[in-house]
Amino acid sequence: MTIAVETRSAGRSSPALRAKRRHQRLTVLAFLTPWLLGVAIFFVYPLVDTIYLSFTRYDLLSPPKWIGLTNYRFMFTKDPQVVQAAYNTLWLVAILVPARMLFGLAVATLVTRLKSGLGVFRTVFYLPALVPPVAGVLAFVFLFNPATGPVNQILGALGLPQPLWFNDPTLSKPSLVMLGLWGVGDLMIIFLASLLDVPKEQYEAAALDGVNPWQRFRYVTLPNISPVLMFAAITGVIAALQYFTEAVVAASVASGQATTGGGNSALLGYPEGSTLTYAQWLYVMGFKNYYLGYASALAVVMFVVSLGVTLILLRRARSLVYGAEGTR
Amino acid sequence: MSIIRGRRRAPAISAVAVGLALVATGCSSGATDAGTAPASSAPAKLSGTVTFWHFFTDREAAAIQTAVDKFQAANPGVKVEVKKGQDDDKTIQAIAAGQPIDVVLSYSTDQIGKFCSTGAWQDLSAYVKRDGVDINQIPPVVRDYTQFDGKRCSMPMLSDTYGLYYNKKMLADAGYSAPPKTMSELTAMAEKLTKLDGKGAIQVAGFVPTFGFYENAPAHFAPSFGASWFTADGKSNIGSDPAWASMFTWQKQLVDFYGYDKLTRFTAGLGQEFSADNAFEKGKVAMMIDGEYRNAFIKAEAPTLEYGTAPFPTDDAKTDLYGAGYVTGNVIGIGRGSQNPEAAWALVKYLSTDTDSVVAVANGIKNVPTTTPALTSPALEKDANYQTFLDVFANAHSSTTPTTASGKAYQDTLGTFAEKWQSGKVTDLAGGLKTVDQQINDQLALGSAP
Repeated sequence: MTIAVETRSAGRSSPALRAKRRHQRLTVLAFLTPWLLGVAIFFVYPLVDTIYLSFTRYDLLSPPKWIGLTNYRFMFTKDPQVVQAAYNTLWLVAILVPARMLFGLAVATLVTRLKSGLGVFRTVFYLPALVPPVAGVLAFVFLFNPATGPVNQILGALGLPQPLWFNDPTLSKPSLVMLGLWGVGDLMIIFLASLLDVPKEQYEAAALDGVNPWQRFRYVTLPNISPVLMFAAITGVIAALQYFTEAVVAASVASGQATTGGGNSALLGYPEGSTLTYAQWLYVMGFKNYYLGYASALAVVMFVVSLGVTLILLRRARSLVYGAEGTR
Repeated sequence: MSIIRGRRRAPAISAVAVGLALVATGCSSGATDAGTAPASSAPAKLSGTVTFWHFFTDREAAAIQTAVDKFQAANPGVKVEVKKGQDDDKTIQAIAAGQPIDVVLSYSTDQIGKFCSTGAWQDLSAYVKRDGVDINQIPPVVRDYTQFDGKRCSMPMLSDTYGLYYNKKMLADAGYSAPPKTMSELTAMAEKLTKLDGKGAIQVAGFVPTFGFYENAPAHFAPSFGASWFTADGKSNIGSDPAWASMFTWQKQLVDFYGYDKLTRFTAGLGQEFSADNAFEKGKVAMMIDGEYRNAFIKAEAPTLEYGTAPFPTDDAKTDLYGAGYVTGNVIGIGRGSQNPEAAWALVKYLSTDTDSVVAVANGIKNVPTTTPALTSPALEKDANYQTFLDVFANAHSSTTPTTASGKAYQDTLGTFAEKWQSGKVTDLAGGLKTVDQQINDQLALGSAP
């Protein structure tokens, strides 16, 4: 009732009151200005410029020239590499993201069950996430080197087959998944925090009802951690769509061409394009071949896909996340 | 109500429109600036600072620095700020961002088309003419790869020439007294020189044929088969020139001798190319293709290695090509937006045409000089292994990769095909090469879309 009165009175406010409200708005705007500037300079401007450049021929060194839909026509009809890159990226989205979430949840659950040494194991599992990506990939490719790597030497000593790992087009992406699982500490730590946050009373009530472990997880744990799982899914999908560093370094090192300066450029997506991701192809076309206009078109499509997937996940979140808006 | 909404929207719409217009018209970099015309005569005394970006590192960078120091000693008013380890990607992005780089050294001729056609590197013709620099002292193949469409935007600064390196002891142990001269000889010798362990794994490879291994690239083998990249009208010629099919057929036969998986496992365990663990230097590979610079690496990293050099073998049907090889080179120019173009040109001229300087740097990093006086200078240190590359460089059939305004994308397209071919994923060679043609032509068309 009070609010209604104030709202009504605002329509007939005095000049002094209007001045006060204007002052308040300006104050709010002043506080918001750094954020607005940041969004405008680092998001809106690049986005608008990228959309514009996607309709141009632009090589970074000379002014862009409008060519209409040519870049998009090339992308959808004449570029075999983009098909391969999109397939590899979607493969990673479909396999890497769920695998990391499941593994991260399993590790976090395991750590919560520990009677002692919780801090030690938590640290051990989290440590790989602190390793710089390039260093981590270098170490991983070394471990899985088909000829000299310790993994194959152990497999050989046990009389087991010794795969080519990062040098085999059928195993290179699964090898990248293993690398992702090794560095699952970032997910493990937020899952762990979420698991420890589940009210104990609910477990006690479930125990009194005689639930089995699966029912306990399905009806008590899962609903409580569902917001965190949804967060991990959305950020994981976005990261997988932009997957770049690990694939580039793994391909470069495995192909034996981790050099700078003279020498050949690294084979794209070695072996046989199996690790060529969409973001990598975008980079190669933009900053190796200097088709910046085409690279911008690739970026626009990637933006649209990322936005679409995120919106779908957010919409699904309403029905999947316990306590979210619209959940029954 | 709708009027009020409209009034409120108007400023927002205007702001967006202005923003879009700004973005569309001027915010993207890339404005051309061909640089100012040089003075009618060279200044009597040079002064100021010159920034010099080059790609060399470590031992090779030290040789470049020595030459720069001599230039500074001869021009006490000039200070050269050297930035080493800067590859083409970095220099192009820096120039595009408006960074005033005075002198740029690139390790390859692949981007010359782009440098010249966009004005990223300034046209040097006026400086060359004014100072009476004799362009004819530069061999024709080098003159060709340092310009694009008649625009001279770079000068050569040493060249890389490719040939065969072979392990003398291994060849002698196998009963060979001379290196191979044809591809069939190379194949036969490679097979005999290869050593397997008890399980059939490769211990020593006679010759590793896989594309992507060290300097194995279609471009580097092409001169030995007389393969041409483009037709006279600028279309890809890979699917039509039978020389390419000959090259891929020879390569695949040798790959199949080893087995692709065995070769992959073997090469995965070898050291990186530009390290002391290089497979040839370590005796894991008996023969390989490489540039003349390997001589200096061997001297520094494996001085006791008994090795020899020779021109790379040729296609059996084209033995007249023997003695030729792939030639490419370092190119040096003045960046768009140079703040001190006169001093920059003086440095470019000194490093590319001063005989003492060219010879000193060539001796230091064992590259091939790119001027006739330097090539014939008695001060040029040359032994038999280095002389091979001087001869290849002078051979009339030696060639380089064509320059295009789209850089080396066409080479990458062929490289992608080559990788699938050698693993056995491609069975129709002729059809595959025709597809490569189409992909290259499409890519070139995108780069020149009207």
